[in-house]
Amino acid sequence: MSTDRMIEGRTGKWETVIGLEVHAQIVSQAKLFSGAATEFGAEPNTQVSPVDAAFPGMLPVINRHCVEQAVKTGLGLDAEINLTSVFDRKNYFYPDLPAGYQISQYLQPVVGHGRVVLDMPDGSAREIAITRLHLEQDAGKSLHDQHPSLTYVDLNRAGVGLMEIVSEPDLRSAEEAGIFLRKLRSLLRYLGTCDGNMDEGSMRCDVNVSVRHPGEPYGTRCEIKNVNSVRYVMQAIEYEARRQVELLEDGGSVVQQTRLFDVGHGVTRPMRSKEEAHDYRYFPDPDLLPLVLDPAWVEGLRVALPELPDVKKARFVSALGLPPDDAAVLVAEQATALFFERVAAGRDAKAAANWVTGDLFAALNRLGIGIEQSPVSPEQLGALIDLIANGTISGRLAKDVFAEMAATGADPAAIVEKKGLRQVTDETAIAAAIDAVLAREADKVAEYQAGRDKLYGFFVGQIMRATQGKANPALVNQLLKQKLIS
Amino acid sequence: MTHSLTALDLAEARDGLTARKFSARELTESYIRAVEGARPLNAFITETPERALTMAEAADQRLARGEGRPLDGIPIAVKDLYCTKGVLTTAGSHILDGFRPPYESTVTEKLWQAGAVMLGKANLDEFAMGSSNTTSWYGPVENPWRKQSERHSGDNRPLVPGGSSGGSAAAVAAHAAVAATGTDTGGSIRQPASYCGIVGLKPSYGRCSRWGVVAYASSLDHPGPMTRTVRDAAIMLRAMAGHDPKDSTSAPVPVPDYEAALTGDIRRLRIGIPHEYRADGMPGEIEVLWQQGAEWLREAGAEPVEISLPHIKYALPAYYIIAPAEASSNLARYDGVRFGLRVEGESLDEMYELTRAAGFGAEVRRRVLIGTYVLSAGYYDAYYLKAQRVRALIAQDFAAAFERVDCLLAPTAPSAAFAIGEQSDDPIAMYLNDVFTVPANLAGLPAISVPAGLSADGLPLGLQVIGRAFDEAGVLRVAEVLETAAQFRHLPAFIAGGRG
Repeated sequence: MSTDRMIEGRTGKWETVIGLEVHAQIVSQAKLFSGAATEFGAEPNTQVSPVDAAFPGMLPVINRHCVEQAVKTGLGLDAEINLTSVFDRKNYFYPDLPAGYQISQYLQPVVGHGRVVLDMPDGSAREIAITRLHLEQDAGKSLHDQHPSLTYVDLNRAGVGLMEIVSEPDLRSAEEAGIFLRKLRSLLRYLGTCDGNMDEGSMRCDVNVSVRHPGEPYGTRCEIKNVNSVRYVMQAIEYEARRQVELLEDGGSVVQQTRLFDVGHGVTRPMRSKEEAHDYRYFPDPDLLPLVLDPAWVEGLRVALPELPDVKKARFVSALGLPPDDAAVLVAEQATALFFERVAAGRDAKAAANWVTGDLFAALNRLGIGIEQSPVSPEQLGALIDLIANGTISGRLAKDVFAEMAATGADPAAIVEKKGLRQVTDETAIAAAIDAVLAREADKVAEYQAGRDKLYGFFVGQIMRATQGKANPALVNQLLKQKLIS
Repeated sequence: MTHSLTALDLAEARDGLTARKFSARELTESYIRAVEGARPLNAFITETPERALTMAEAADQRLARGEGRPLDGIPIAVKDLYCTKGVLTTAGSHILDGFRPPYESTVTEKLWQAGAVMLGKANLDEFAMGSSNTTSWYGPVENPWRKQSERHSGDNRPLVPGGSSGGSAAAVAAHAAVAATGTDTGGSIRQPASYCGIVGLKPSYGRCSRWGVVAYASSLDHPGPMTRTVRDAAIMLRAMAGHDPKDSTSAPVPVPDYEAALTGDIRRLRIGIPHEYRADGMPGEIEVLWQQGAEWLREAGAEPVEISLPHIKYALPAYYIIAPAEASSNLARYDGVRFGLRVEGESLDEMYELTRAAGFGAEVRRRVLIGTYVLSAGYYDAYYLKAQRVRALIAQDFAAAFERVDCLLAPTAPSAAFAIGEQSDDPIAMYLNDVFTVPANLAGLPAISVPAGLSADGLPLGLQVIGRAFDEAGVLRVAEVLETAAQFRHLPAFIAGGRG
């Protein structure tokens, strides 16, 4: 355990201990216990069935697809799948919770212990234990800003299926928490079980933070509720850990409480204290039978899982010979990995990796778009690499061709033809260009021959300029050397 | 004509309609008048005569085409716990003021599909919580029966019909409906059936869908029929039963022809007599009736066998933990936010408090408080969890018994109907009415109450047959033999339109 993640206090080094509870909205057409739609951004209260609104006599029926998604996620987390799990009611009153209880899983979740492997910046791997994953309903949304004294309630989200993924308190810094969340999001996207769009609320996070001197038992923790971006999670942890260290070093103690992250001020604050401590009175939901899974069905899901990032990365390293760093970058997002694999198909993988992580990423960054919207298709990028490989264009000119592709979306061959960028491999033509340059720069030739070796590059540059960069660099080298010696 | 039509039981009315001896419209008109005539009983919260006539006319058209359905033209009452599309549904509570569901319960939908005619919504204890039908926001229901022996002593106070399906029982007993739907969470079909001298069948858990029935205690709520005869119960149950994918606890079990199961042949059946079905202060006449019942079955060729259900003595306390626990959660949705009553307050919490204080009656509040208490942190294990263990033991007792016997015979209730107001100041005494009925709810077993005799006061007393899960056919067969032997032909003091 390196010490650079520690907080330097007056009384020594402090270690931050972090556990996360991630609420991931399940990708599903219908809600967890009703047939109502789940589309984001619909008009308020247009995606609500009588079940979601908890009308009298309405009963929940589990959505098989949501269970499948949770099990797939569990398998992706390398976790135990519990063949019998139980839905419980978590009872509390709030207007956006129509039944007065949330259907969740308390003592017997559908997924048990699992793990997420983090790729640390220093190239090492770090394993974070997952405590559990359970299924639960989302609540509706209370809108307090629509009217000076009234609260409006939108039940579109009420009953939408969530997976709550709970980590062990294994994370030790804001940075690690960020890496964990990005890795988890990547996994969920690979699995197609959660779109991971934190700005649409599809992934939200409760953050448990405590501090301790290394080797001491865990300190008292605070829970920061409902943080909705990776950046805010990291900021909230930084702030909260320092707050707790200062409190402890000033002789105070941390009070276990629920806090909110104030995005505007970058601080955490205690939640408006509700007078009464919540007693959720969990008990098994008598409207639902225990959820019993067929082992063969689970096995079928396991077999059908897509290749997940860790395995893909290992394959990129071992089978394609990519450096681990490049492989890690390429597998982080499934779309990137997919793009890369189409570029690399039947080509030099290292070249493909360089183009994707180099020029392509730079172009996408500049354009502010994701790889799914790339103006250059994988096939086009592959064709460009082919043009270099077969000597049609030089690697240097290829960069210009790529820039043109990114700007216009045109095929590389067309650009090469249109701009006459085809590489000159005609020895006579190159020799003529060399002769012209050497004749023009006779003084420098004399200097070179007197020992100023550095001038070699100058000659190459002049020759390339004279050929508009199209001269085959290897031929230029070969011929130039001959001519300078002679 | 009026009297004779409403005097017909379901099977007779069905056969008369099929034979075109009278029309569904005629039958329905007789019943609409009977419902009006029965208003002193307060058995209905909402009467739906126009709907009844429309449904009757549709039934007549089908009957005329020879396309009659099993219940075509049969006028019934619906316990006002079943949601009926567009028709006020109250659960007997102030808190559901003005609630007209945009959906129809599965069971009533099946009944309408079978051709039944809806007369109205029957009164009940608030949210089905009660054993006397005195907790309804719409006032108590009166039992059509009156004591006979005490006419001269001056104590001839109106009696409770039992509860919670008291309106349904009173309507059927007073001939203001051919049959009715009830629900039974701890005896709410069987006990009022016993008090009103009719047949009440609580099917197996999962036999009839709970979808669209306002929930009291989800794991104990059983929709079922209330009728004048065992045969009628068989006919009604067939129409009401069946797997419903909208209710996760509904059982995917085929529904047999229950009427065909009424063979009268119970030879060599073993009938368990569970000696624990005795309560302190139970009148001797109930014990005598029970022995008589066993004797009738013996005479029909069955073999009564003494058996023991050792954990039954814990059934009532377990029930009064589990049912309120589930109720406290089920009733949380009545918060004034989306439907029904809302009493505005200065804050959200105040709105909740004022709405629920005004909307719920004393018994509902009592059970919500008990239920909240037993689920609370620190009490859950001692109460709720222990009660669930007792429940499992009781189910095991029954399972063990059914290895030796085919069904059980027991009294339905420890007393006959009592006067309105008689037990209302003592909730424990009131809860004791359920002592013989709750075990079948805890175990989810089919159980039927059949009128078997009269008390010394001239009030009906029922006997109960309890069977194996999903063996309603067996239960009905034994019940019919009991019914035939008992020759219960008595009518209550009050018959809508007069005793014909």
